Amino acid sequence: MSLDRRFLEYPQRKYGMDHDRYEWSMLSERPKVSWPNEVKLGLWINVGMQFFPLNQRGEPFKVPGGMTMPYPDLRHFSLRDYGNRVGIYRFLKAFDKYNIKPTFAFNSRLAERNPYLLDAIKERGDEIACHGLHMDALHYGGQSIEQEREQIAQALGSLRDLSGQDVIGWISPARSESENTPDLLAEHGIKYFSDWVNDDMPYSFKTKHGDLMAMPLSNELDDQFILMSNLHSEESYVEQICDACDFLLKEAETQGGRILGLNIHPWMLGQPHRIGKLEAVLDYISSQDSVCSVNGAQIYQFLTDQTIS
Amino acid sequence: MKEDPQLYDYWPYHNRPKIEWPNGAKMAFWVAPNIEFYELEPPQNPHRKPWPQATPAVAGYSIRDYGNRVGHVRQMQLLEKYGIRGSISLSTALCDHHPEIIELCAERDWEFFSHGVYNTRYTYGLSEEQEREMIQDSVDTIEKHTGKKPAGYLAPALSHSEHTMDLFAEAGGTYTCDLFHDDQPTPVHVRNGSKFISIPYSLEMNDTIAYVVNKIEPRRYGQIIKDNFDRLYQEGDESGTVMCIPTHNYQVSCPHRLRAFEQALEYITGHSDVWVTTGREIADYYIEHYYDQSLADIKAKSRSTA
Repeated sequence: MSLDRRFLEYPQRKYGMDHDRYEWSMLSERPKVSWPNEVKLGLWINVGMQFFPLNQRGEPFKVPGGMTMPYPDLRHFSLRDYGNRVGIYRFLKAFDKYNIKPTFAFNSRLAERNPYLLDAIKERGDEIACHGLHMDALHYGGQSIEQEREQIAQALGSLRDLSGQDVIGWISPARSESENTPDLLAEHGIKYFSDWVNDDMPYSFKTKHGDLMAMPLSNELDDQFILMSNLHSEESYVEQICDACDFLLKEAETQGGRILGLNIHPWMLGQPHRIGKLEAVLDYISSQDSVCSVNGAQIYQFLTDQTIS
Repeated sequence: MKEDPQLYDYWPYHNRPKIEWPNGAKMAFWVAPNIEFYELEPPQNPHRKPWPQATPAVAGYSIRDYGNRVGHVRQMQLLEKYGIRGSISLSTALCDHHPEIIELCAERDWEFFSHGVYNTRYTYGLSEEQEREMIQDSVDTIEKHTGKKPAGYLAPALSHSEHTMDLFAEAGGTYTCDLFHDDQPTPVHVRNGSKFISIPYSLEMNDTIAYVVNKIEPRRYGQIIKDNFDRLYQEGDESGTVMCIPTHNYQVSCPHRLRAFEQALEYITGHSDVWVTTGREIADYYIEHYYDQSLADIKAKSRSTA
């Protein structure tokens, strides 16, 4: 028994990456970033505004957090819907209390279905980013490029129209991509995206239509990842975020400005027994010196202006 | 298949018309012990296996039986100590198998609502006629053994069809525990046009979800219940909330879990503005006093912007 000869051939074995999507670069070796106004740490909160359809197809996989029981899975449908009608309003109160200006990454289907909710977000003047069509419209390897192009065009077209914003940020449902996703995003006017989790600072990601900015939004500190995937406690969630904040602030003293990117979901942290933990996190971070709340578009704009000037 | 069950309309949890529970209470608090019967050898539903193991599933079956043999009385005594009448989510075949339990609960004026006939008989695959028959059987059984028709429904093992709410409303029910979209009661659309509502039955506070799905330690479960209470009690200043703890005699009534549960109950019932009640009483009160104003507010907000 043996394998084909190609298992002992290494065509990409060379300096740097085994693909040409971005340059190999160690964070510690890069020029320091200086945020405006002596800020050391930018707190970027991204709120996943999600719609999980009841008639989930699950192609090519069942999205984490989606329906798990036979149709009609009212249990998971209504648990997720809870976020959009109850949890989100607890979030908004907490953001106002701690003067946080997050990004709201919408599934375009949610914006279409819930005009009241979209208006509540628009009124705040916060950034709206695109989170794809809905949680069952996945982007995936092997997907036809025509189908994916249509999916992206539809999501962005609808969300730009309804939000009245340019919508330059993107995070894919379940952060799942095809080999074409970054190209298609750039083709449709996206400037930054947050699917790849390989850095703590933004970097340039090459596409056929110009560079995208890969924006750091930790999956390790995602509420769904910590609480639902890892089954850590709510107390541990708070500890992990506060420890990350302390560490990055300290690193920023010698290595330049840093970003703490937190992805959160109203159906998860918006529950009555968890909202206090989000408040504890925001209270801790916002009480630190040299921390400022920023959104993805602001980080993109600031870094782009720096590069040009 | 629909992308949305279309059972309720969007209703933002802010600026809602104020609910006040009896005697000015800020929160309606109820405990819903599931008293279930799982069959050792149920027919195999093509859409869901009753047991992960081959028959006989000794571990799974016997711990559930433990709940009825050992756990029930422990939980009943504990609830009684804190002045709580249980609202029983009942596998109605239990009336035939274990009438002693039904009598004990009936003596204490506990509520019985339908949780289907057996928790090993799923709704999946039943025709509308068959589901109607199953629901009617459960309703009739409760009426026969307790003298009162059930007002509430929790589908067996949370297995639903597109018609579940319609069928239960047609059988004379007034509330469902199957929806987890809100912390207040909300109107639910049913085809006979009756005043049918959803009562919060928190899956997040459910002991089985806590212990089996989320793997939470007993004392942390007690703390989570207190945290849940604190926030909903506080929000009750704006408009009355509902808190439910759904339990199972084979989970919360184990010796290593009762202490944390008791501390949580002691904490909650130690607050003055809590209406310690049952599902049926919440439903009746809400339908009488707040159903119409809720519908009007939902309608107004569907037209307006934030």
